[in-house]
Amino acid sequence: MIWLGIDTSHTPLAVAIVKDEQVLASFQSSMKITHSIGTMPAIEELMAKANIKPNEIDAIAVAKGPGSYTGVRIGVTIGKTLAWTLNVPIYSVSSLHSLAENAPYFQGVVCSIMDARRGNVFAGIYSNGEVVKEAHMSLVDLLTTLDNLEQPVLFVGLDVSIHWEQIKEVLGDKVQRVNAAFDLPNAAVLIEMAKKMEPSEVHTVVPEYLRITEAEANWMKEQKKNGN
Amino acid sequence: MIKDQYILGIETSCDETAASIVKNGQEIISNVVASQIESHKRFGGVVPEIASRHHVEQITIVIEEALKQAGMTPQDIDAVAVTEGPGLVGALLIGINAAKAFAFAHGLPLVGVHHIAGHIYANGLVQKMEFPLLALVVSGGHTELVLMKEDGIFELIGETRDDAAGEAYDKVARVLNLPYPGGPHIDKLANESDEALQFPRAWLEEGSYDFSFSGLKSAVINYQHNAEQRGEKINPNHLAAGFQQSVVEVLTAKTVRAAREFNVKQVIAAGGVAANKGLRSSLEEAFTKENIPFYVPPIKLCTDNAAMIAAAGNSKFSAGHRSNMSMNGRPGLELNSWN
Ligand SMILES: [Zn+2]
Repeated sequence: MIWLGIDTSHTPLAVAIVKDEQVLASFQSSMKITHSIGTMPAIEELMAKANIKPNEIDAIAVAKGPGSYTGVRIGVTIGKTLAWTLNVPIYSVSSLHSLAENAPYFQGVVCSIMDARRGNVFAGIYSNGEVVKEAHMSLVDLLTTLDNLEQPVLFVGLDVSIHWEQIKEVLGDKVQRVNAAFDLPNAAVLIEMAKKMEPSEVHTVVPEYLRITEAEANWMKEQKKNGN
Repeated sequence: MIKDQYILGIETSCDETAASIVKNGQEIISNVVASQIESHKRFGGVVPEIASRHHVEQITIVIEEALKQAGMTPQDIDAVAVTEGPGLVGALLIGINAAKAFAFAHGLPLVGVHHIAGHIYANGLVQKMEFPLLALVVSGGHTELVLMKEDGIFELIGETRDDAAGEAYDKVARVLNLPYPGGPHIDKLANESDEALQFPRAWLEEGSYDFSFSGLKSAVINYQHNAEQRGEKINPNHLAAGFQQSVVEVLTAKTVRAAREFNVKQVIAAGGVAANKGLRSSLEEAFTKENIPFYVPPIKLCTDNAAMIAAAGNSKFSAGHRSNMSMNGRPGLELNSWN
């Protein structure tokens, strides 16, 4: 069984090919290359190196977000187009959960984050591999939530660096972060998670934005103001 | 005998998710368009982020439908053509990445196509294009006069310096409280009107084929505003007619002058605003007088669609052009010749 995994949900790019229980090839990068330019060439190159042809793919795992709207859409579009046209199952996996699975053996709470600007983050909180919470929230709220859990916390993600001082300040000795090797999404991890999931109906696969658009939010505000 | 060439076209540059299969750049085998107009209506215009979200929801459904209606499999396709730009970048990226994934999956060549080239080649789906040809491209995002001396050779001889014609239509429609998209409503009001207000025409410097609609738009808005301040009620039909006359007169006059100067064999109108009745009949009348063949494709080929992308892609592909897997969305892409 040959799997292709794709994660473009944030700045980093991750692509992997897994054959049964073996990672044939895996690519990770945190360089700021637009996913639209970088993703398909990375897939093409990795498959060529692993000597796998497109029609040999048996299943596809794709990171569904949250993350950068445009970024996650590119991975999802590529993943669902490939799955549909190659007629293979697609599995859509939370990008935050996959990131947290970079640190599977931690005794305590694993928190993966992606910066969402203006003091906000996309955050996933996991305990023993189970989802406690996945949300778009302010960093302040996240840290309060984590503090209240009264457990050791392990942070994962490239964007931890942006907020590390504030995180340390609130959570003190309770908090650690993984080393740089585990801060990037890993598409092989994504595939391992997909193996335990049910496939999705390919046409219905869409990103998990965790946020409505600004236009919709404003429109709803207007409606309320006008008493509708 | 030359083998028939089937191109799968994909277009997602604005608010239509579209896929189509075209044979030899001339014959539509299937043409599927999923419009998002309903979801943007309440915002009074296209919201780029919402457009991108809808494209992801629709893209595989639309491509599947195009193949199904054609009764074809990917093995029957010779190349994939996709709109590379211009357009909303987030929207473009969905079509481009779907096109790349599809092409990669089946080892098919890929061709990036300019959206305006697509609008022009929509005419090739209706009758043979004869060169030199002059195209007036008018839409929500474009107002351009393009001269084609030969197949695949483009020369931009005039373009708008501010608003696109369709954009001006939408803004004036908003002043008149008409629903989005406003163009067809203004066209209707104008055609029903027995009288037209006088608004300025922007001819620009002598000899220029460029356009400008922002002055006209402001004049219309000011007129409405002043009437409101005086507590007067304006007749929306008269205002719509005055606005439309000004737009149509300038577009027609410049197109006629260019057609004469470049001695073209054919004049075509393209883009969403080409469906405007007032513009259409004015151009038809003018070119009947000039004795130059004038064509407008049917409405569903004037508005954004993928058959036009497949048709343009067919010409570009035949000229030997290929894109690769690193193709990006290019919102400001220029219309370059490919022959
Ligand atoms: Zn268009």
